[in-house]
Amino acid sequence: MNKPLRRIAIFCGILVLALLIRDNWLQYVRADELNTHELNRRVQIERYAHQRGNIIVDGKPVTGSVETKGSDFKYKRTYTNGPMWAPVTGFASQAFDANQIEKLEDGILTGNDDRLFFDSTMAMFTGEKKKGGDVVTTLNGKAQEAAFKGLGDKKGAVAAIDPQTGRILALASTPSYDPSVFAGNSLEDSENRQKLLNDKDKPMVNRALRETYPPGSTFKVVTAAAALENGVVEDIDAPTDTPEPYIIPLSRTPMKNSHGDCEKASLNAAMEVSCNSVFANLGDKVSRDKMVETAEKFGFNDAEIDTPVRASASVYNKTMDRGGNALSSIGQFDTATTPLQMAMVTAAIANDGKLMKPYMVDQLRAPDLDVVQTFEPEEMSRPVSQENAQLLQQMMENVVEQGTGTKAQIDGVTVGGKTGTAQHGVGNSKRPYAWFISYAKADNGSPVAVAVVVEDSSGVARDDISGGGLAAPIARDVMKAVLEGKE
Amino acid sequence: MSVVTNTTTIGAIDAPSRRNTELVLLAFAVAIPVFAYLNVGLALDGEVPSGMLGYGLGLGLMASVAHIVVRKFARYADPLLLPLATLLNGLGLVLIWRLDQSPRLNARPDFAPQATNQLMYSALGIALFVGVLMILKDHRVLQRFTYISMAAALVLLLLPLVPGLGADVFGAKIWIRVGGFSIQPGEFAKIVIAVFFSGYLMVKRDALALASRRFMGLYLPRGRDLGPILTIWAMSLLILVFENDLGTSLLFFGMFVVMLYVATERTSWIVMGLLMSAGGAVVVAQFASHVQSRVAAWLDPFGCLETAPEGSNMINACDQMTQVLMSFGAGGTLGTGLGQGNSDLISFAANSDFIFATVGEELGLTGVMAFLLLYGLIIERGIRTALAARDPFGKLFAVGLSGAFALQVFVVAGGVMGLIPLTGMTMPFLAAGGSSVIANWALIGILIRISDTARRPAPAPAPSPDAEMTQVVRP
Repeated sequence: MNKPLRRIAIFCGILVLALLIRDNWLQYVRADELNTHELNRRVQIERYAHQRGNIIVDGKPVTGSVETKGSDFKYKRTYTNGPMWAPVTGFASQAFDANQIEKLEDGILTGNDDRLFFDSTMAMFTGEKKKGGDVVTTLNGKAQEAAFKGLGDKKGAVAAIDPQTGRILALASTPSYDPSVFAGNSLEDSENRQKLLNDKDKPMVNRALRETYPPGSTFKVVTAAAALENGVVEDIDAPTDTPEPYIIPLSRTPMKNSHGDCEKASLNAAMEVSCNSVFANLGDKVSRDKMVETAEKFGFNDAEIDTPVRASASVYNKTMDRGGNALSSIGQFDTATTPLQMAMVTAAIANDGKLMKPYMVDQLRAPDLDVVQTFEPEEMSRPVSQENAQLLQQMMENVVEQGTGTKAQIDGVTVGGKTGTAQHGVGNSKRPYAWFISYAKADNGSPVAVAVVVEDSSGVARDDISGGGLAAPIARDVMKAVLEGKE
Repeated sequence: MSVVTNTTTIGAIDAPSRRNTELVLLAFAVAIPVFAYLNVGLALDGEVPSGMLGYGLGLGLMASVAHIVVRKFARYADPLLLPLATLLNGLGLVLIWRLDQSPRLNARPDFAPQATNQLMYSALGIALFVGVLMILKDHRVLQRFTYISMAAALVLLLLPLVPGLGADVFGAKIWIRVGGFSIQPGEFAKIVIAVFFSGYLMVKRDALALASRRFMGLYLPRGRDLGPILTIWAMSLLILVFENDLGTSLLFFGMFVVMLYVATERTSWIVMGLLMSAGGAVVVAQFASHVQSRVAAWLDPFGCLETAPEGSNMINACDQMTQVLMSFGAGGTLGTGLGQGNSDLISFAANSDFIFATVGEELGLTGVMAFLLLYGLIIERGIRTALAARDPFGKLFAVGLSGAFALQVFVVAGGVMGLIPLTGMTMPFLAAGGSSVIANWALIGILIRISDTARRPAPAPAPSPDAEMTQVVRP
């Protein structure tokens, strides 16, 4: 009976071998796939198993972690001044995942990033509790506060950039929400989130980065830049050949001006009082393709502006006819931009024609404060030459000194700006959007460029809605906050 | 014969008893679980667990008693079997205790801590082990109980079907409830039926092996010799159908085929066994929804989670399977460390049917391979005992027990790892469950008894009447 016995022994060996092979397949080959599977609750458990790192503004965290009991998740996210910072931080919820910086830098914040491997290994040996790293932002707390307070209970957004580096200084969006209210995984958290999702004012939308609006007259600075760059205008004080009334190309519709002296007005004069006819005419002369070219150099039509939170693409239509191009040149028709995009336009002009890539994460830090990664300023493009940029500055400063933007004046500081009141809705039926873009200048260049949009200015009489009246004071306060911080 | 082997007959050479080897190995087998216990305590609460001393002393005491009994009553026994079983039992206790601490499991209404019970059952198991060694001086005595064993096995297997006695736990009717205790008679039936098979096949093996016709290279048995295998096959199917117990059914049939093959040395039995189990499986799969959902969960666990109807038996099976797979995945190569995994996400059966997933998650690929090798070693020592046994009954008995053990390990581990459909059996020594741990200790006891007989020096040859002293005749 020994021969079959030996065969049985071999058979049993094969059984064990099959188990060993299967195990290697499961735990070595397929481990990663199983570990990151969407149904795997461990991902969530692990994310909240340790104290999450913080998002830092001005050296102080705007986030925190508290220990919770009675669920799989040990730590819960807390936010200091949540509504104000929500457009920057995004949310991190035990039950509803995370977004924006909380999501994009999740590896650093949870401490699971490969670059923190050494730290977590050391922590294992020293017996310290594992902790996440920090994300240091470029934001300026004072500027953010000015922006958020300025918007108040109005619906709108503010984006402020340091033109010389592209560092984002403020990013506000109202109405906002407090990410703390659904950071946990209780029934209450779920109800709070549902309430926010059902809110018709869409508090969870990041208006500064993710919402596009018709830019209205603020877009005229782009048209002016295109006219100068393409040689359509050589002397900003020379009269243009704009008739009154100016008829929109391929149509019989005259273009309306809200101000009288627009016939043959010079570029400078037209900017000061915001003549629609002059800019429509110039845009038409520059031609659609050249307009598209300039707009794209400023960042339009780019779907991958990552700050690292991705901004929606701003649009300058590439296929419209002459009439559409003329309308688009004054920021109507298909033109749509994010507040960030208009801040980039302003920043490029304020920085003498050099557009820096906007970014809001300055450093990634390990839990022991060692810097893991530092982000350096990066040039994105040069939409206008230095001379033309300075001409544009001259015009924009003129707007603030004696034109539509006088409410943005700051004592002893040179400020340039442009107002905009964008039509909204079919036949301008809804309340218009009030825009203001501006920059402040110091001795060594400009430290801040701001774009403000006020979407629905409830409580203000319709005729009073104007970029100069509503949005300019907010921009002024943001610029002041940055300037005061510099002193 | 060119090579002289003495595997079958050890001859008159006095084999070393290896009791001291066993003692040293036992020391390791007690120390490793004690450290594992400490590890769990430190990982969960950051302090030395209060029960550690008691646990260490208890395990040490049980191992010492077992060792002393082996030293006294089975001097020549295989030195590996007892330490291997002690190590597995000890680690099983640690794993069960670790799952007892899980807040997630304790929040479930159907969960009760098992570590204390398991320690008690382990002690009972060792007691039975000691009993087997002290009472059963020679395994051949069991031959006398061949047909009684058959009856006993049948009774054990059918008990769960008796109304009022059987308990339907999670869909499988394999339990009986007496007073406050639940017993899984199938685990004991495994040993009892091995006695019957050994006795029966020893007597009938010549008839089964020789009276056959050759057909296409296979020896086909005569119709009347097919009787036993058909009976066992039918019985296995009945267990499957009426008790919803895929594992036990597979175990009995597989064990019988293995023993039949060893007894007759005819490969045709294996072929026939495979054909019959395939046929049975197909037939049963047609109408047993229980088997269908297990197969669906095995083929594509993640997929069937989406397609299975809400609230059905199938969705539970698929959900369990995905949780088990993710548990193994989470362990990776080195595991998360004892006490630091989330294998309790598998829910209620985490400490019984799925305890191997905790090994996978917390000890990783390395830990699972170590466990599989430990089981492999027990099986290998068992078959080696069969090889060394001098009597056909002992050979069949040893190979039956080790074959059943091997099949059980394969069916459970393979099921849990998704290699084959899940059957719902328990990992020997690891899983929480009194019947299982007691029965397996008895099984180890019997193997030790057979190995002692096999390795014992052959008695001095009896004086032969033909070899009388030559008388010197002096003229």
